[in-house]
Amino acid sequence: MINQIKLIFILSFILFSSLTFSKEIIVSSTGSINSILKAISQSNDYDTILIKQGEYAEGNIIVNKKLTFIGESYPIIDAKGIGEIFTVTSNEVHISGLVIKNSGVSFLEENAGIRLEEVKGCSITNNRFINNFFAIYLAKSADCIINGNYIEGVKKREANSGNGIHLWYCRDITIENNKILDHRDGIYFEFVRKGKILNNHSENNLRYGLHFMFSDSCEYARNTFVNNGAGVAVMYTKNVLMTDNHFSKNWGPASYGILLKDISDSKIEKNIFDENSIGLYMEGCNRVTIEKNNFTKNGWALKLMANSMGNYFYDNNFIANSFDISTNSRQNFNTFEKNYWAEYNGYDIDKDGFGDIPFRPVTMFSMMIESHPTSLVLLHSLFIDILNIAESIIPAITPEALTDPKPRMRMLN
Amino acid sequence: MKLVKKILLYEIHNTIRSKWVILYTFFFFLVGYGLFTFSGDVNKAYISLMNIIIIVIPLVSIIFGSIYFYNSREFIEMMLSQPIDRKSLYIGIFLGTAIPLSAGFGIGFSLPFILFGKVSEQIEGFFLLLLIGILLTFVFIALSFLISVKQDDKSKGLGLAILIWLILAVVYDGIVLLVIYYFQDYPLENAMIVLSAFNPIDLGRILFLMKFDIAALMGYTGAVFQRFFGSPLGVIVSIICLLAWIVIPFFLSHRFFKKKDF
Repeated sequence: MINQIKLIFILSFILFSSLTFSKEIIVSSTGSINSILKAISQSNDYDTILIKQGEYAEGNIIVNKKLTFIGESYPIIDAKGIGEIFTVTSNEVHISGLVIKNSGVSFLEENAGIRLEEVKGCSITNNRFINNFFAIYLAKSADCIINGNYIEGVKKREANSGNGIHLWYCRDITIENNKILDHRDGIYFEFVRKGKILNNHSENNLRYGLHFMFSDSCEYARNTFVNNGAGVAVMYTKNVLMTDNHFSKNWGPASYGILLKDISDSKIEKNIFDENSIGLYMEGCNRVTIEKNNFTKNGWALKLMANSMGNYFYDNNFIANSFDISTNSRQNFNTFEKNYWAEYNGYDIDKDGFGDIPFRPVTMFSMMIESHPTSLVLLHSLFIDILNIAESIIPAITPEALTDPKPRMRMLN
Repeated sequence: MKLVKKILLYEIHNTIRSKWVILYTFFFFLVGYGLFTFSGDVNKAYISLMNIIIIVIPLVSIIFGSIYFYNSREFIEMMLSQPIDRKSLYIGIFLGTAIPLSAGFGIGFSLPFILFGKVSEQIEGFFLLLLIGILLTFVFIALSFLISVKQDDKSKGLGLAILIWLILAVVYDGIVLLVIYYFQDYPLENAMIVLSAFNPIDLGRILFLMKFDIAALMGYTGAVFQRFFGSPLGVIVSIICLLAWIVIPFFLSHRFFKKKDF
């Protein structure tokens, strides 16, 4: 009797455990389960699929269960240029340690290396994406983490190159420690709420390092954007926080460190703008605070269009830029205060660390260049210097109100 | 050739003894030293140095050259009474003025860079600026000699020297700006490149711009300039133009000198 009870107990335990506890399914090219699709069909929710080293070419993999994929020594999942690779339609899917290659270029569909479609609580960590159309694509998803991925595109033309990390209608997504090279846009945000972009490196992309639209209350910090076709664009958004980023070497006729269009109530803090054609371009921006940034060796540190109002610039350093500020109007509704201008040559009699005469960052020459670009050939000419000095004494074409009444005497660290 | 060397050595000795060259060296040293001490930023220092070089070198060279030539007039007359050919004498005096002055600039300019260990930070810019400075010295000494040989009256000659400097340093750019405004409906980029070849100061300035204001030059206009002046061919053509600015005035003045009745 006791034995029978024991047996029932053990049997029920086995039955119970098989129902609730997850199991591990091993996929290897030599084993009994030699394809990921087969593993998925045999799995239940919360199982782990361990993929051994090897090459797997199996077309579109649809993940509709709560699975965890772990790659051992970077197995290669290759789409051979046709269609999409992972399509995730279930919540709580975790993918890590894979090499995902060659999702197909298409003009009709946005084929991705990994697509998350209307899911929650997923993570994509430590994968390598090589030569994909889109690498990671999130649509209508929430609470996901994308961490530590290396993403390298092919850099063809803008039309047949996709984005590195693409987010559409998402919220609470964290994108951290990724490296993105040679895509169309490095990171693409559209209709995202409360996204976080931290510690990423975006380089050599055809269009923007970060392309950011209609995405309120997002934050990006400690990222590096180098040598992208057009730099970084942040548009039609409010409440964005941009801190400690590095915008560097974005060179070209339409290249910007950051392009801001219709941004309001945001903060740009402690960023470095280094060797960009235009460091910061602002159009239709309101109530943005720009503080403690470093602008060095840019063509134009700042281009401020006249439709921007109530922006507050303070504690920034402007050093060795060809032009500190240029604008297209004689009106100014923005405040400049306590910035350091390397060009400033006033004095400080009361020794409070701030110059006693206001500084006019907009020179006559920068206004001239706006209307007659060819006059660029006269940059640093003595004649132009004389004109600039005359203009700074009696302003005739530069905005009279655009001054820094308290320019710093020393650079801010 | 031996004669040229002899006169050259004498002239160099003479020029250096005049102490002006030492003052000139000291000036560049102080400027560089000051810039590195107070700004610390090499790029800013380079832009300021470039501004000083393209203003001061032409002015000092053209005035120093004229004064020196006028002051050596008696020496030249004395030498010409000896059995030596005018060519050697002229070359000797020319090089004897231009070499100490460029050396003075070169030393005064380089010392702060070496002292602060900044040569390697922008090695290309350093040598380019050095080259531009030396070439400009030669150009303006050649111009000053041309004036002095043609014009016997010292005060008129000096006035003319300053006028030429003013035209090349300031007025010419004003004219360029006028051209830009009047012909704004036309594509002027290539015309600007040609125009700049007719002014050694502009040539020096633009050559340097291509290395240091690259970021500002990335617009359409900048791209056109960059494609010409930024390419090895453009650099070579610009340097040839600058050399022409030395050789043509020199040969002209040499011809006048040979026929001149002292």
